Amino acid sequence: MSQSVETLNQLRRQAVELRLAGTTVKETAERTGLSAPTVTAATKAYREGGWEAVPVGPRGRPRSPGSDDAANAGQHQAEAPEIAPAQQQYELPEFTIDPARRTHLERLEAESLHIMREVVAEADKPVMLYSVGKDSAVMLHLARKAFYPAPPPFPLLHVDTTWKFQAMYAFRDSIVDDYGMELIRHVNPEGLRQGVNPFTHGSALHTDIMKTEGLKQALNEHKFDIAFGGARRDEEKSRAKERVFSFRSAEHRWEPKAQRPELWNLYNARKRRDESIRVFPLSNWTELDIWQYIHRENIPIVPLYYAAQRPIVHRDGAMIMVDDDRMPLNPGEVPEMRSVRFRTLGCYPLTGAVDSTATTLPEIIQEMLLARSSERQGRMIDHDAAASMEKKKQEGYF
Amino acid sequence: MSANIKDTGLQTAGMQDESDRLIAGDINAYLERHEHKSLLRFITCGSVDDGKSTLIGRLLYESKVLFEDQLETVAAESKKFGTQGSNIDFALLVDGLSAEREQGITIDVAYRFFSTDRRKFIVADTPGHEQYTRNMVTGASSADAAVILCDARAGLLTQTRRHSYLVSLLGIRHVVLAVNKMDLMRWDESVFNAIYEEYSEFAHGLGIESITAIPMSALEGDNVTAPSTNMPWYRGTTLLGLLETLKLDDEAANDSPFRMPVQWVNRPNLDFRGYAGTVSAGIVKPGDDIRVQPSGRTSKIARIVTMDGDKDEARAGDAVTLTLADEIDASRGDVISTSEEPAGSADQFETTIVWMHDDPMLAGRPYLLKLGTQTVTATVTSIKHEVNVNTLEETAARQLELNSIGICNLKTDRVIPFEAYTDNKGLGGFILIDRITNATVGAGMLRFALRRADNIHMQAVDVDKTARATMKGQKPCVVWFTGLSGSGKSTIANIVEKKLAALGHHTYLLDGDNVRHGLNKDLGFTDADRVENIRRIGEVASLMADSGLIVLTAFISPFRSERALARSLVAEGEFIETFVETPLSVAEERDPKGLYKKARRGELKNFTGIDSPYEAPESPEILVDTGALSAEQAAERIVSELRKAGMLEALAASE
Repeated sequence: MSQSVETLNQLRRQAVELRLAGTTVKETAERTGLSAPTVTAATKAYREGGWEAVPVGPRGRPRSPGSDDAANAGQHQAEAPEIAPAQQQYELPEFTIDPARRTHLERLEAESLHIMREVVAEADKPVMLYSVGKDSAVMLHLARKAFYPAPPPFPLLHVDTTWKFQAMYAFRDSIVDDYGMELIRHVNPEGLRQGVNPFTHGSALHTDIMKTEGLKQALNEHKFDIAFGGARRDEEKSRAKERVFSFRSAEHRWEPKAQRPELWNLYNARKRRDESIRVFPLSNWTELDIWQYIHRENIPIVPLYYAAQRPIVHRDGAMIMVDDDRMPLNPGEVPEMRSVRFRTLGCYPLTGAVDSTATTLPEIIQEMLLARSSERQGRMIDHDAAASMEKKKQEGYF
Repeated sequence: MSANIKDTGLQTAGMQDESDRLIAGDINAYLERHEHKSLLRFITCGSVDDGKSTLIGRLLYESKVLFEDQLETVAAESKKFGTQGSNIDFALLVDGLSAEREQGITIDVAYRFFSTDRRKFIVADTPGHEQYTRNMVTGASSADAAVILCDARAGLLTQTRRHSYLVSLLGIRHVVLAVNKMDLMRWDESVFNAIYEEYSEFAHGLGIESITAIPMSALEGDNVTAPSTNMPWYRGTTLLGLLETLKLDDEAANDSPFRMPVQWVNRPNLDFRGYAGTVSAGIVKPGDDIRVQPSGRTSKIARIVTMDGDKDEARAGDAVTLTLADEIDASRGDVISTSEEPAGSADQFETTIVWMHDDPMLAGRPYLLKLGTQTVTATVTSIKHEVNVNTLEETAARQLELNSIGICNLKTDRVIPFEAYTDNKGLGGFILIDRITNATVGAGMLRFALRRADNIHMQAVDVDKTARATMKGQKPCVVWFTGLSGSGKSTIANIVEKKLAALGHHTYLLDGDNVRHGLNKDLGFTDADRVENIRRIGEVASLMADSGLIVLTAFISPFRSERALARSLVAEGEFIETFVETPLSVAEERDPKGLYKKARRGELKNFTGIDSPYEAPESPEILVDTGALSAEQAAERIVSELRKAGMLEALAASE
């Protein structure tokens, strides 16, 4: 393939002559052995600068030895605006930090702020679903930024299953105090009366009654018309198609076919009475973005995300923390102290821990980047059939 | 990480080897670098078998955003649904909803994420079938770049041309033509050259800023993230290398004059009034002279407020809160612009509209238009032509169907600040919302204003509506009868008019007899014509009410949205929707003009109740049930309702 610059230039002149004689680019390329883009480039150079412009000089990018750079130099010469195949880039330009250029985190933050302000401007009675986890922490932080210096003009709603980690309750109460937010805690009274719990009723029923039903009850009772949720599109395949503004029927059902197209940053928040909208300001964030942002913004999170010695039992291949004495131990089962942390937080009997020694955010991120399994793996509810999340969503679970 | 790849029996380009070293060795250095990555959004478009999902799957796979459990799931699913034998079917990584997975096709816009050392990417994955123009336009609206796939075996297809047209319509600045499946064409350069040449000629006319063609094999990985060893004749960059270095839209928008639509007025206390919004173009600094549009009031930027402290500048894409030096009023929907070069304002535009709903777009029907942060009522005054997205031919059209694109003149009910879409997407792109269902039914791009609004002045007249109505001793109103053909609208309206005349009131009855033969004789009975029919009647009724009359109208007026339009033309409280309720079976039995019979025989098309819908009023001011009441009783009832509403008293006395 390698040609000398001189041979190449001869071919380029020949190509221009052929083109001037009416030969097509394709045929010219075939006859000269040059690529079509080179033919086009040479012809263009001729039109702009005459025969003198056709040959390529020994300029261009610093070449690596043995590379076939001469031809590329020719292409560089005739760069844009002519339609041309990609230019050779043996080395991409040096990565530089430009303070005027917005980073991906700044872009994501701005988008989330925009979404939250649209909701507050158009909703009758908005609410933020607060699950105490890291995504909720980021969402709340963004809300404080969006409305600063005013406090976020909506309450937080915690749909409590009563089975969260004790550390989550403590963290929730301190955050609400620190930020001066109004917190509405809702527990499904029916479920409470029946003593629904993950041990005797199983994860699916427990989640359905305490979480899905509880959420619907709370939204109906307070007549909230738009609810912020912390779900992200990268969490699960069916969420990749979820809109930022996710429209729900009066029965809180999600109809995948009836979702509204979302263009630019224009969101249609109009609805009939009784209908509601779930809004996901973190739609375009990934798990890594969340951690990087927590790191950058120094956002407080529940200590369970950091590694510590915790009492653990092994159940169904997962490490479950014995968080309180409601946890029934199997005969012969003795909790073992182990250095673990949690990648995701939910009901403690349904949340698996991972072995870890990460006690700082950078260490958590390091572990995450080197990890081999996704964060949802720790969530027991995802272990059902492939389309389970989609089904749950249609039924009203987020 | 490498064990991860080995398990799947696939090779990786190792595009993030440096990252891996940093992660393991110096996590803080890694974080420092990765917090400064930029963000590129791009769209992929292609026909069903172009290998689009495979390409995205490969990008995700090679950028190592997939975890072992996800790969295991996909490996299991590949055996079950896959088309690649025992190898991983990358397409399964990205096909989300179960229904479409069973059909083996992607049917909606899905968003995917991956990142490299230089950039984070958001991919809008959109389907390529004929009927899903809507999804592609949606995905393209927020993209900086488009990757258009074509199958090297098939060359350019109709879809390739359509995708390119849509991409240019949405103003995407960078287009990559990915000539895929080169492995199936023996990596033949001439195949690539032929496609490239043909595409160059086609794309030349579309005005896309930069076009790059890359030969590749998404399945084998050639030229996706690593240069192909199978195609030494290609010396250009890989797809990923190109995406990592393209210039972003927001950076380009910084060169435009400053604009920020006001999203929300922040008033936590009497001492603070801030205007929250996202800068749509330009750069703003404290001290800059600004103008609030449409009011035109001017001031200076006092502060750029954020929770992290005041900023000394804000750029396109930033979400900020601005305070002004003067106490001037601005509210949601207003636009804060640089005062030397403010945005335009107008109420009539030429636009390109992409229709996204099963119910066609009808000229004359009012829709809600959302542009920036303002929502106004807008009516398409005329469809200049429809554009065939496959041939780019222009054809005449009376309405726009789902997935069709038209050049339309559009009128808004008030003057709005705007910019041409090509100058500023944030002030030139809009969505249309159905007023009854609240669905997003269309999207559009403002091309230019048809006339500057500042030239129009309403005539101020001394003899006004109040003066005219007072002379007549009544309150003007429009009693709008609606109901099926044969329900008795005209009969009842006639009796009502006689009774009102007997009481000394000035009335006028508009019905088919005096309207269809003159004013509207050019209209037929298609949905589009019905809308126009009612619009004209609404306008005439509005003028008559302005002259002080009690106007009665007796038309089927089957569509809610047109009745809503007629209502919007008169003052609050003056529109009295009167529903003459009769079951279809009863009306059909009466059939005074023999029309139902004709319609049943198929001789009459678009007949309400038979093959065209009647949308009953949801909350009419008056409802008369002709099953229970005679025409005389119904008329008496209506007169008494009008009396109760104060319409039959002199205006002055009732206020």
